[in-house]
Amino acid sequence: MSLVETRGLTVRIGRNRILDHVDFAIEKGEIVTIVGPNGSGKSTLLRALIGAVAPSEGEVTRAPGLRIGYVPQRLHIDPTLPMTVGRFLSLPRRQSAVDLRMALEAAGLPDLGGRQMGDLSGGQFQRVLLARALMEKPDLLILDEATQGLDQPGSAAFYRRIEEVRQEMGCAVLMVSHELHVVMSASDRVVCLNGHVCCEGQPEHVAQAEEYRALFGSGTQGALALYRHDHDHEHAGCVGGHDHAHDGCGHGHDQEHQYGATR
Amino acid sequence: MIGALMDDFLIRAALAGLGVALAAAPLGCFVVWRRMAYFGDATAHASILGIALALGFGMSVFAGALVVALAMAMAVSTLSGRGVAMDTLLGVLAHSALAFGLVAVSFLQGVRIDLMGYLFGDILAVSKTDLAVIWGGAVLVVALLAWRWQALLTATLSSDLAQASGIDPRREQLGLTLALAVVVAVAIKVVGVLLIAAMLIIPAAAARPLAGTPERMAAVAVGLAALAALAGVEGSFVLDTPTGPTIVCVAAAIFALTSSVAALRRTVARR
Repeated sequence: MSLVETRGLTVRIGRNRILDHVDFAIEKGEIVTIVGPNGSGKSTLLRALIGAVAPSEGEVTRAPGLRIGYVPQRLHIDPTLPMTVGRFLSLPRRQSAVDLRMALEAAGLPDLGGRQMGDLSGGQFQRVLLARALMEKPDLLILDEATQGLDQPGSAAFYRRIEEVRQEMGCAVLMVSHELHVVMSASDRVVCLNGHVCCEGQPEHVAQAEEYRALFGSGTQGALALYRHDHDHEHAGCVGGHDHAHDGCGHGHDQEHQYGATR
Repeated sequence: MIGALMDDFLIRAALAGLGVALAAAPLGCFVVWRRMAYFGDATAHASILGIALALGFGMSVFAGALVVALAMAMAVSTLSGRGVAMDTLLGVLAHSALAFGLVAVSFLQGVRIDLMGYLFGDILAVSKTDLAVIWGGAVLVVALLAWRWQALLTATLSSDLAQASGIDPRREQLGLTLALAVVVAVAIKVVGVLLIAAMLIIPAAAARPLAGTPERMAAVAVGLAALAALAGVEGSFVLDTPTGPTIVCVAAAIFALTSSVAALRRTVARR
């Protein structure tokens, strides 16, 4: 069973149709990235998945007992609300002192448990948001443009941490991002969204799809070039190491069939 | 012994003030964190209409105030989810509820009521029954806040974070709305309709510079509110001033003190 699945999900806010018959599912351990221009309904889709937005039509099914770790796009903490890093990590459930220390160490912030959230740098703040989302050992980690406002090295470090997390905890990861080149190369599957699902599949499939190019045009040429370079490299490797690599290529090919169908 | 103590109106007044402080201070923290100050005002002002209705129909004043405060709080809570310009709307609701209440009171014939008592409180006239109602309400509110504390905090930080963890932020908001109506109803006798919002907001605001965590802020707010209540009752007796306003004056002085200490500390730290 999928962790979360939508069927014919349509969300209207006022008169605007934000999402239009979106079919989406994410499986255990999968890394999926949603790409799309501003206003394409990416955040709304995430919010519908966590239950914060009710579907106008269609349905959202979550696996029973599903634990979701959610990292919002940004979090404003009112200055009247005192909140230390350690206290923040204990929301919504109290954590033991040992778990807190381990979480802070894993996030690379061992000494900051007593620091006020408002005194953190942007990168530290994002790492704390991620650490909090991981406290409950989620089955599904959802990140909404989590690196917005971070510089290039900052966001690269953040994504490396995500990959570590997936390897350590085996949770599925669902991301929304603008930083296509970084995110796409780390993803098992990419969904290109613009109100409806334009195309989806393996990163290389989506990067070459006409629908995707129509949406992102020349603005991401650099990113695509970077990505395709990776792809070529991988491909060459496959052809070179014949026997061993054959499995890998074949597998990739299968997957492409499975996910490659566009609407 | 306790019975004899309770016969003293000053002791009853002090206990009434402490009861309101106990409930209003932690709830007031949420009012401050969630920027609901006007919300508290609208709910409190609406209760004068409830008092007029209760007197008109010969019901308990407490029940009348509770019902109308609850209706107002629910109305505001529902409207707040719809993206209406909230400060304007609340300003309209708060003051028109007060005006309608005052007009309704003037229609009451035969009953001579002490309007000042309801507007500014009449803590020195608190009866043993009033005390039981005040402490009953206060314990109820504190129990609700303690029970929902973690969920309330999460929902206060972000409704999406709450939702992702399986907490329904609307349900938590409803809990706060109920608690607010209860506090308004029990605080009328102590500080009066016009100054209830002060007992919610001032102790919380005064506690902010002294606290590093939400729990500490709530605890410090309770302490400061209790101090204001006791000093206010004592001060009003000595100075022969109205008690409700005196309590609020003490709270305001405490706020001025903690804020200046915090400002001073920041200035020193910067050097």
